[in-house]
Amino acid sequence: MDKMGGYLERIALAMAGKRNPWSKGEGGRDTDQEGAVPPRGEDSNPPRGPRNPWLPGNGNQERPRRSASIEDIFKNRGPEGPRRMGGPGGPNFRMPGMPGGKRLFPLLIGGVVLGWLGLSMVHQIGPKEQATVTTLGKYSDTLRPGLNFTLPWPIQSVDVTDVTSIRSERIPGSAAEKLILTGDQNLVDLSYLIRWNIKDLTQYRFQLAEPDETVREVGEAAMRASVAEHELDRVLSGAGRADIEASVRERMQAILDAYRSGIAVQGVEIEKTDPPERVVEAFKDVSAAQQDAETDVNRARAYAQQLRARAEGDAAAFDRIYAEYRLAPEVTRRRLYYETMESVLADTDKTIVETEGVTPYLPLPEVNRRRQEQTVTVPAQPSGEQ
Amino acid sequence: MEAIWNRFKIPIIAVVVLLVALMSSFVVVPETQQAVIVRTGEPVRVANQFAANEAYGLTGAGVIARWPFIEQVQYVDKRVLDLDMERQQVLSNDQQRLQVDAYARFRIIDPVTMVETAGSEENVAAQLSPILTSVLRQELGRRSFGSLLTAERGTAMQNIRDALDLQARQYGAQVIDVRIKRADLPEGTPLDAAFTRMETDRTQEAETIRAQGRKNAQIIRADAEAEAANVYAAAYGKDPDFYDFYRAMESYRRTFQTGTGDSSIILSPDNEYMRQFRGR
Repeated sequence: MDKMGGYLERIALAMAGKRNPWSKGEGGRDTDQEGAVPPRGEDSNPPRGPRNPWLPGNGNQERPRRSASIEDIFKNRGPEGPRRMGGPGGPNFRMPGMPGGKRLFPLLIGGVVLGWLGLSMVHQIGPKEQATVTTLGKYSDTLRPGLNFTLPWPIQSVDVTDVTSIRSERIPGSAAEKLILTGDQNLVDLSYLIRWNIKDLTQYRFQLAEPDETVREVGEAAMRASVAEHELDRVLSGAGRADIEASVRERMQAILDAYRSGIAVQGVEIEKTDPPERVVEAFKDVSAAQQDAETDVNRARAYAQQLRARAEGDAAAFDRIYAEYRLAPEVTRRRLYYETMESVLADTDKTIVETEGVTPYLPLPEVNRRRQEQTVTVPAQPSGEQ
Repeated sequence: MEAIWNRFKIPIIAVVVLLVALMSSFVVVPETQQAVIVRTGEPVRVANQFAANEAYGLTGAGVIARWPFIEQVQYVDKRVLDLDMERQQVLSNDQQRLQVDAYARFRIIDPVTMVETAGSEENVAAQLSPILTSVLRQELGRRSFGSLLTAERGTAMQNIRDALDLQARQYGAQVIDVRIKRADLPEGTPLDAAFTRMETDRTQEAETIRAQGRKNAQIIRADAEAEAANVYAAAYGKDPDFYDFYRAMESYRRTFQTGTGDSSIILSPDNEYMRQFRGR
């Protein structure tokens, strides 16, 4: 109301100034000031002038004050401070327009109103988003992606939420060890990721006090329950993990649906299943033991291959000789005997005692020592291995 | 402007007062809240009270009227609320200890009772928390340690929920669900004992695996030896006599010729090798 009044007044004044035919002589002199002056005139009018502010005589009455107008010019053109403080004797001073911008203030108000209406009535909902509309607190509509119109703000309020994007919760949040008891009362260090999004925005908005916290807690409870149904080895193995992931997801969804939370669990991914840090060495030792066992078996296989090859070789050699031997048994036998004795005796010290009663001198200690050496270095081998 | 003000001073003031009165006699109740209207300390009616399976938009939310100044509105949360329990040590019937961390979800279904008994949602939670603890201890204490871990399988959680719900009704609340969030072995001896057991369990497994490895290796070697013996037997069995000779020859060579250490041989002239030596 206030602003409206000022606006009308100004229009009237401007019109009065233009139409004033009998003040032309002096008016010409004042035209430069005319733009700046009206607010001042307008301020001082109500208290002293007649009721009707747009009477032509009004301008004339003020003339005398104009002669000392240099101060007024500064007041009007100077910084905001003095102007805001108001003209002299003007108790109802309102913010004056700038020279030539009388309509700035109304425009500003209009702009704010338009902006407010535009912002609170037109809603662009992104492709992943939905929005709930509440009319004075009461839910009235859900906005789908696209351009939507509602009533302005205090009447309808719009709450935009990203519904299709997958959110993830990592449990535990920190890198700390989180031990869970398995069915066989062992402990496992587990970390996992819950991926979820919103399937029913109204339920998500209005049903749970703390939906995000609820997802975490339900996830923890479901994971604990599922792990407790499996044995440690199964939890650590890949197949067991897949089972647990599936059962946690099912369980979570069932609980969240029972809360009517409007949340869809898209997936549960176990990131890490480790034995507790304190016993991890023992677990590593198991895989080391597997390696050791493999090593033992490999060595045995290598030995077995050697043994077989050798047996086959020996057998083949014997077969060849035997084939020859069969052709001429006596000669071959003799030949082999002599060849062997020859090569054996050629390398050894030989003593041939022919005459009976001759006792040869033998350096017994030396012989003994040598014999000992020989028994140590060339142990008797079983014939089967040769 | 001044004129307008001067002339319509009283109507303007009247309009403003009327507006204020009007504003304060209408209250917006959002979907997430229930409103208890309290007239001079006494709850007289409820707006937007919870009802099961109500569609949003058809609830009692929205603008409600009240007498200004003499009626106050107290908001009570309509949503599912969270009740977190402190970690508790539970003793199973086989005297094993378990640290249990549970939560409950509840909702105020009778806001008038709640306003009268507890005053606020926080107070309800504060009242229910010790009840949850004791109910949980009682119920889980009847079970063996093994079945504590899989409490969901039996009726334990259901019993806890029912017992808590019974108490919660006094505060105008309904317990929707009770869940065990964590169940851990207490720090100290029980945890250490569990670790030791796990460790020895693994050590045993490791040793078993190694022993199996050794056993397998032995069998492989024995198999190979048996096979080799078979091969030898098949070959040499054709003529044991010749084998004896052939093998003896090989053995002599190996012993005296390629064997280390010096050998001295004293031969008797009666030796077979010396047979021709005598010129016979």
